[in-house]
Order: sequence, then C-alpha cells, then structure tokens
Amino acid sequence: MNLFDILGPVMVGPSSSHTAGAVRIGWMTQKLLGEQPVEAKILMYGSFAATGKGHGTDRGLVAGLLGMRPDDERIPDSFEIARKMGLSYSFGIANLTSAHPNSVVLEVKGKSGRTLEVQACSLGGGRIMINRLDGLDVNCSCEIPTLIVHNLDQPGHVAEVTSMLAHKSVNIANMSLYRDKRGGSAVMVVEMDQPLPKESLEWLEHLEGIVKVTYINVTEGEEDDVL
Amino acid sequence: MSYNSLEEIVRECQEKDLPFDEVILLDDMNERNVSREESIETMRGMWEAMKGAERNYDGSLQSRSGLVGGAGKTMRAYVESGNTLCGPFVGKVMASALAMGESNACMKRIVAAPTAGACGVLPAVLVNYQKEKGTADEQIVRALYTAAGIGQVVAARAYIAGASGGCQAEIGTASAMAAGALTALGGGTPPQITHAAAMALKNLLGLVCDPVGGLVEVPCVKRNVIGSVNALSAADMALAGIISRIPPDQVIDAMREVGDQMHPSLRETGQGGLANTPAAREWCAAQEEE
Repeated sequence: MNLFDILGPVMVGPSSSHTAGAVRIGWMTQKLLGEQPVEAKILMYGSFAATGKGHGTDRGLVAGLLGMRPDDERIPDSFEIARKMGLSYSFGIANLTSAHPNSVVLEVKGKSGRTLEVQACSLGGGRIMINRLDGLDVNCSCEIPTLIVHNLDQPGHVAEVTSMLAHKSVNIANMSLYRDKRGGSAVMVVEMDQPLPKESLEWLEHLEGIVKVTYINVTEGEEDDVL
Repeated sequence: MSYNSLEEIVRECQEKDLPFDEVILLDDMNERNVSREESIETMRGMWEAMKGAERNYDGSLQSRSGLVGGAGKTMRAYVESGNTLCGPFVGKVMASALAMGESNACMKRIVAAPTAGACGVLPAVLVNYQKEKGTADEQIVRALYTAAGIGQVVAARAYIAGASGGCQAEIGTASAMAAGALTALGGGTPPQITHAAAMALKNLLGLVCDPVGGLVEVPCVKRNVIGSVNALSAADMALAGIISRIPPDQVIDAMREVGDQMHPSLRETGQGGLANTPAAREWCAAQEEE
C-alpha cells in the first residue's frame, strides 16, 4: 500500500469497496468494450446484491459505464444521465459459485453492436479485479498496461505475442493463459511494465487465429472521459 | 513503505535530525519514484479535497436509506448558541465530523482517510485547527504526511478495514493519524507524535464494526465524532508530556490481536452489536417489505 492508499482516494461516498470499486468496475468494462455502451444488464452477487442499493453500488456501476471516475460528483445522478445518453440498463441477481462476496456480472452492448460479458469483484479500498471476460477466466487488476488476446487454441499464438513484445522492448510483468477446451477458445492476459504501441495492436489483430485484441492502459485512460 | 514500525521512523528522525513528516515524504518519493514537488502536489490535492468536502456539506440532505442526515447542521446551530459543554472549538470539530460522515452517506465527494467510513476525523480536526490558529496550508499538508505515515504503519502491522479488524481499525486508525498530525502541528517531537497516536488508538481498542443494515451510516457517522474528540485529547496529553506506558508499536500489535479475536458478526457483516438490536432488526425488516 502506498501513502495515498492510506490518505485517499478522493471519492464519492459512502464506501470504497461498494461505491468507488463499483465505479471502477463500470469504467473498466466500458474501456474493455472499447466504445460507449448502449445496453447493460447488471447482475450483482453477495454483499453487492445484499447492500448494494444502500451503498449506491447500482448508481456507481452505471456511472462507471458512462465513463465517470470514482470522484465524479454526478455519480448519484447516473441513472438520469444514462437515460439522457441513451444507455438502457437493468439489474438482477447473479448466480455465481465461489465468487468474491463483492462481485458483479456485466453484460454490455456497444453502439456498434459489439458485446462483452465481464465478471469483476471489488477488493476493498477502491481496488478491483476482472475475473472473467466472455466466459473465460482472466483474473487481472488492469492496474498496469494489460493486453488481452482472444485466440483459437492452437500452437504459435503465444510465441507471436511474446516475440512482438520482445521486439518492442516491452517487459512482461505477469502472463496467464486460459482456454475453455482443447482446440477451443483461448485467452492470454499479459500485464506489462511498458505501454504498447498502437501499431503492434493493429498487427496482432490481423493475424490468423487471433479473434479479438483488447488493450487497456489505465494511466492513459485516466485522462479521457466518455461524457 | 520501508517502515514497519513507528520506532523505526522515530529512529530515522533522530539519526538524520529530520522532522517526522520529512521522513515520510522522502519514503513516498522513493517508493513511488516521484519528485518532492509531485508528492507534495498530490498531498495538497488531498487537503484541498478535504476542505472542499467540508465546505460542500448540505444539511438538508438525507441518505438514501433515510437513516442519517442533518446532524451536522443541528450541531452547528447548537454550537452557535454558545451553550456547549465542550466549548466552541471542540463543538465545531464535532459538527464537522458529523457533517463529513453525513456527506459520505449522502454520496458526496470525500477523502478516504484511511477509509470512507472514517473520512470525517482528519478533516474535522484539521479544518477547524486551521481556522482557529490561522495555520498555513503548507503546514497542514506537512501534517498530513505525519498522519499518513502513522496510518501506513498501522496498515502494515494490523489493519485499516472494519471487515478485517472492526471499527477500531477504521475510526481507531483515523484517530491515531489525527492525533499524530495535531501533535506535529503543536510542535511535538517525533516520540510525542507516536505516543499521541498510541494513546488515541488505545482509547478505541476493541471498538466493533456493527453497521445497521450493513450501511456506512449508523453508528459510523457519530463514531467520526468520537474519533475526532479522542484525537484532540490524545494530542493534548502528548503535548503536555504524558506518554503511553505501552510502547506505540505494541499498541498497534494489540489492536491486531483484538481484531483477530473479534467475532465475525462484529466485523462489518451487519449481524451483531447495534446491527442486531431490536430497533435495527425492525428497520431492516421494514426495508425488505418495501
């Protein structure tokens, strides 16, 4: 924990886990979707489901989906703002097993029609973890530059990605591989010490067997705002 | 951070002849790889946000649950009547602590210090201290390093979340941080700063986290008051030359031990203590019907 984990963050109340963390989950979801969501199905679990309403978890998640940060004073009004911005949302209960008590599943659709399903949890102090993306385990905090590659489960894709990173002098901090079944859909999550150039992402996207490439850099993202 | 005990910080202060806050500032520069100016700028941002939160209190607001709201305004009016037992300064601190706790419950912008539930303690004492003494912002910002350094040691040796160690970990830590900051502002030495923190924490040892309905409202808002007033008295004791007979780091370790032994129903689950009173259970049942 650094000094400003103790004194900070600046946030809209009442709870760092249930409010600030919820905003971050929503924000991260719209970042991962890569465009403004127009539809969102929000399914809460555990303590989020039990006390989320009183903690503004619901409004926080919607605020995040609209691109708001945890200190945005418009968070309490996020439902009204969502209606104005054309985001329709609904709430329900998620049936999860052995998930963190502060978990949520977000099924979102963007204006281009792109869809994404995210399962995430709030760890406390406003810190979060993305647990699943489109049904595959990922378990990343996205606190440092993170590359998420969906590919077919066949030989060579890990080598393509890691050679590209080596070529760009990007150091890998953590790397995980997941797949649903042998020869099925696979995903690799690569957390990196340096940001990745845009052209590398474009190059990756065009390789055969690569289904989807998502890149997230919170430090860059902190400056932009969907609203 | 590189310090796991208050004793190590005090030793560093004495060996290098540095104030407590400077040791913490140097550690932050090293840990986050930032310049002195960048670090101070971030801390100044926290102070400005605290002052902003104090200013933006709206006494007409109620929390969404309807459990809290307006107490800060009521207290301010009472202090202005001039009839308080605690006197105008302590009265204003109490009013600010209530106001900040209520702002948090009403989804206004606050600074978690160390948590959102305990966000009222540091600003309540520091904003009013500044108004009372005319202290420069720069000096208050320095005192916030002292506060954060104490909080970091508590987080390293024990915990700062109610879910982990009960309210003693939240309001107790906030109170210890505030007592240290006030002692620094009052010209206390590094050992006096740590003894103020220890006395503040000792007085809140064993405090359970028992929020009604699991919400950061009852009793959280009013516990910000006790954390603030306790910080003032601990700082005054330390500045008077009184010490904690139990060394400060051992007090923090005792807080951890007490927290470990605390039943889960008393650690932010909304199951025990005040959350389990007939009044609380009736309120929760009425909510479910709605």
